[in-house]
Amino acid sequence: MSSMPRVSGGHPAAAARFVADEPRTHWHDQALWVVREKRDRAASGIPDWEALRDVAAAIRAHARGRLPDLLEEFERNATARGAKVHWAADAAEHNAIVHRILSERGVTRLVKSKSMLTEECGLNPYLEARGIEVVDTDLGERIVQLRHEPPSHIILPAIHLKREEIGELFHGKLGTPEGLADPKALTEAARGHLRERFLAAQAGLTGVNFAVAETGGVVVCTNEGNADMGTSLPPIHVACMGVEKIVPRLEHLAVLLRLLARSATGQPVTTYTSHFHGPMAGGELHVVIVDNGRSRLLADPGLRGALACIRCGACLNTCPVYRRSGGYSYGWVVPGPIGSVLAPARDPAAHATLPFASTLCGSCDAVCPVKVPLHDTLLRERRTLAAAGLVPLGKRVGLRLLAALLAHRALYEVAGRLLRFALRHFPRFLLYGPWNVWGRRRELPAPPAESFRDTWRRTRGRHG
Amino acid sequence: MRAALFVPCYVDQLWPRAGLSAVRVLEAHGVEVAFPEEQTCCGQPMANAGLASAAEPLARRFLEVFGGFDAVVCPSGSCTSMVRNHYDPFLAGAPGFEKLKAHTYELCEFLVDVLGVRAAKGRFPHRVALHQSCHGLRELGLGIPSESMHPRTNKVSALVGSIEGIELVPLARADECCGFGGTFAVAEEAVSALMGRDRLADHARAGAEIVTGTDVSCLMHLEGLARREGRKLRFMHVAEVLAEAAA
Repeated sequence: MSSMPRVSGGHPAAAARFVADEPRTHWHDQALWVVREKRDRAASGIPDWEALRDVAAAIRAHARGRLPDLLEEFERNATARGAKVHWAADAAEHNAIVHRILSERGVTRLVKSKSMLTEECGLNPYLEARGIEVVDTDLGERIVQLRHEPPSHIILPAIHLKREEIGELFHGKLGTPEGLADPKALTEAARGHLRERFLAAQAGLTGVNFAVAETGGVVVCTNEGNADMGTSLPPIHVACMGVEKIVPRLEHLAVLLRLLARSATGQPVTTYTSHFHGPMAGGELHVVIVDNGRSRLLADPGLRGALACIRCGACLNTCPVYRRSGGYSYGWVVPGPIGSVLAPARDPAAHATLPFASTLCGSCDAVCPVKVPLHDTLLRERRTLAAAGLVPLGKRVGLRLLAALLAHRALYEVAGRLLRFALRHFPRFLLYGPWNVWGRRRELPAPPAESFRDTWRRTRGRHG
Repeated sequence: MRAALFVPCYVDQLWPRAGLSAVRVLEAHGVEVAFPEEQTCCGQPMANAGLASAAEPLARRFLEVFGGFDAVVCPSGSCTSMVRNHYDPFLAGAPGFEKLKAHTYELCEFLVDVLGVRAAKGRFPHRVALHQSCHGLRELGLGIPSESMHPRTNKVSALVGSIEGIELVPLARADECCGFGGTFAVAEEAVSALMGRDRLADHARAGAEIVTGTDVSCLMHLEGLARREGRKLRFMHVAEVLAEAAA
């Protein structure tokens, strides 16, 4: 686990705190909606977008089905190109392997480009505790690192921050003039600051967007070129990837790359798409392949679809709940719909509110470039949680009572009559007590005296 | 043609005019409407809470009550989708289930696809905003949602928009969720309410007098928020709009 704080009260409590600052919530919502609109425009420029999604989903399903073979093929080809492949069963082993690679070579200064996997594994604090300085070089990642915060979005790590807050942070940490909030000037300041770190670094670490079995190459997509700087200046490159990043051939990579940047930020392609085939002359390339719970997902037919995810973030950007509750409300390294699927699959008790942090509107399913069945998987996880007794007691008992009542028409009709009577005649203080959560911000419905069936009977006779 | 009307529990009790209007619309198109009185609820609240064992008896009951009809029509996209898309875990293999799934229709879908209605009758000279309820839109495919790059079509807006004199106002976010979400409306009430208020602001900016939609659940949530905010919007189910136009 990374430094992601656990949220007491789960998603609803954290989301309520976020929403309490309404102007800021609207700002956050709109910032991400703009990204969603960019995605729409980019996708509409591809005539066969929907067909491409079908192909991508098929590629991911195929790769998933042949995962062990493809990983071994990748290892053979990567090794033949001079890379060293390491296997890590879990986060602890991943961190230990990376640390060993670095410490054996006397590395004390590491530059990193963006990697959600290392966030998942909690690599930064692990290395820092062992005397290695870790500098995140993606601008957004560096911002949250300087604030000692985890990313709040998987591709836009600092989306929760306003430019003025970043200006203030840079004033304190990088010595920029007080009140400087111009994005261009702030970026320039960060660039200068990072340039020194790049030059001083003894090793560079990157994530991996895709690994191609056929070629033994790994592919890293960035917009800032920071992965390329971090792997060209120091002689040692460590690339960390989850087992699911594998694609069989270059032609499959082409399909996924067409979808990735368009889905993520609405760009036709990321500014830099770097293919690493073996180490640079005189250098070393280490590829660390991590399971960390992924083979458990693969073994579960109801969950394995989530392994198709290419971490584009489109489901976060489109999710009306994510946009209005922020990344931290999910209490896990990957937020949004995909995080709500992945986190409880790992630890249901710790993340029991996440599958319910969704209206099941289905927008995530419709944007997902690889067709992860998010909506269905969330529903499935709700069933798993209920079966394990992890749905709140009040909800469980209330809905079971309601179901029992609905199983008997006469009971249902009596209850309906009582409900309508109460809504029509009870005084406001009785209806809107603290127990009425619906009524906190909403009026209750104002029903007529007769139900539909009352009117039907009156006008049509009993068996109309 | 004979069809059974399924009036979801909350429509029956809290917004019966949607059901009554659906009867008028169907009868105006020559449909003989039956209302099997043993019907109660499709079980969606329990199923969406993960309480499969509580939902299952209601799914079985639904099949018993409606299995004998050649067509079941429901003035709710969400409850129709429950039957069509989410009953499988409870009823797969049960006699009559496949037929029930194939012949349970949301009201607009029934009018357009089964009865072949291309132009709605009557006149409705109002500025109307159509709220695209998610389950009807994305699960039943009543329309192509804004995320999809398939050519935009929409059965509900085509039908409602065909009424003489009606003006369907364009929204900044054509099909964002209103935040109702069943038990979400209570479990995540803060986010739910803000989502709804954001939709209301969009409808109001577009100059709507009336907000309509295929699902009373969304409308009830939006109406409750609008009343609390003192907004002058009116809320009508599509069946009410169709019935009032034809009256």
